[in-house]
Amino acid sequence: MRGPHRCRTSRVGMVQSLRLKVNGKERADEVEPRLLLVHYLREVCRLTGSHVGCDTSQCGACTVLLNGAPVKSCNMLAVQAEGTAVTTIEGLAPPGELHPLQAAFREQHGLQCGFCTPGFIMAAVALLAGNPDPSEEEIGRGLEGNLCRCTGYVNIRRAVKSAGLALRQGDVAPLEG
Amino acid sequence: MRPAPFNFSRAHSIAEAVSQLGDAGPEAKFISGGQSLIPLMRVRLAQPSHLVDINRIEELDYIRAEDGHLHVGALVRHAALVRSEEVRRHLPLLAEIAAETGDAQIRTRGTLGGVMAHADAAGDYPTLAIMLDATIVTDRRRIPAGDFFQHLFTTALETDELVCEVVFPISARPHRYLKFRLRQYDWAIVAAGVQLTELGWRVGLTHVGPTAVRARGVETALSSGASPAEAAERASDGLEPSSDVRASADYRRHLARVLTRRALEQAS
Repeated sequence: MRGPHRCRTSRVGMVQSLRLKVNGKERADEVEPRLLLVHYLREVCRLTGSHVGCDTSQCGACTVLLNGAPVKSCNMLAVQAEGTAVTTIEGLAPPGELHPLQAAFREQHGLQCGFCTPGFIMAAVALLAGNPDPSEEEIGRGLEGNLCRCTGYVNIRRAVKSAGLALRQGDVAPLEG
Repeated sequence: MRPAPFNFSRAHSIAEAVSQLGDAGPEAKFISGGQSLIPLMRVRLAQPSHLVDINRIEELDYIRAEDGHLHVGALVRHAALVRSEEVRRHLPLLAEIAAETGDAQIRTRGTLGGVMAHADAAGDYPTLAIMLDATIVTDRRRIPAGDFFQHLFTTALETDELVCEVVFPISARPHRYLKFRLRQYDWAIVAAGVQLTELGWRVGLTHVGPTAVRARGVETALSSGASPAEAAERASDGLEPSSDVRASADYRRHLARVLTRRALEQAS
């Protein structure tokens, strides 16, 4: 491992072309290889729903789906998403509608400050896609990569359970108002 | 934080990866899942001049049982090891260790070969490899696991050498891997693995020194008919673990004995 004081910040990085699908839309951009996927989504695509909560790849607030599987978008280079389909929290439901998980988090009050919520919802979407009727333990295990520092886990679990039920019944909550 | 600038290329074959790395010079690195490398780059503890991305190399992504061995390509992800029928049938301990590695998001990306090359003292696959005398196959040679792991984050790999495959002997007999950790997704403070093979019990310990070790004293005691509780007392023989904020050396030795006993008692 090299020492932390080696400075390369003056060097201009190369630029790489990037083509991928974000929330169903084809995109083509030029990015620096060091750009993390989460910064690409937030700063280039202007999709700010994926949050940066830690610098250690632990908190999961940046969770998105990469070809349907959950990843921490702060722990991937944007260029590594070449040719993939990325889904962010903004892509879960058409504008003006809520995905059943979003509706359940609102209904069950599965949040306090809300910062971790997009990551929890994306991880829960992946969990329910593989296991529509998870046990308490399976919900805990499925969400182990996400941290809520308000520690509102009880209602988060409740929200995932109730969304699972809604999805199994095909009962998609309508938007109010 | 953001990584320092670097150049990037994508390889589509083993030969291309090795040649791209050679062309890029001694400060270049391979990147596979990146679940350990990217966090290090973000805090600038790692500042490679160039990354060769091996994620698109299809010839590194396979699981095959052949001649009494399980051959696993370096690019196989933790999640694929968990799901694989082949792994569950022929070496269920590997699937169980994969299921307890990181969290769901990390298991989507992280790879077997990446864990081997990174050689974290708290890594779990290295313990399994050392316990079972696995072989690490690179683009140029075969390295026994016992020779591969040399020290903290240090392996026998040359700077431009690529891990291509890990070959484990097959065993579906009783086994168990127990991690002691503060949080579910965390690295083990200490872990113990046991696997019954046709040659008797194999016992390995994680994070009790710079590399994983085999607890040969425990293996010998078991083969001479000692009970799990008696044999597990030997688990800390000769260990010189370090002390850190999570555990003192003495506590790590204690954990080695307790986890070994529990793993033997729970093995199924």
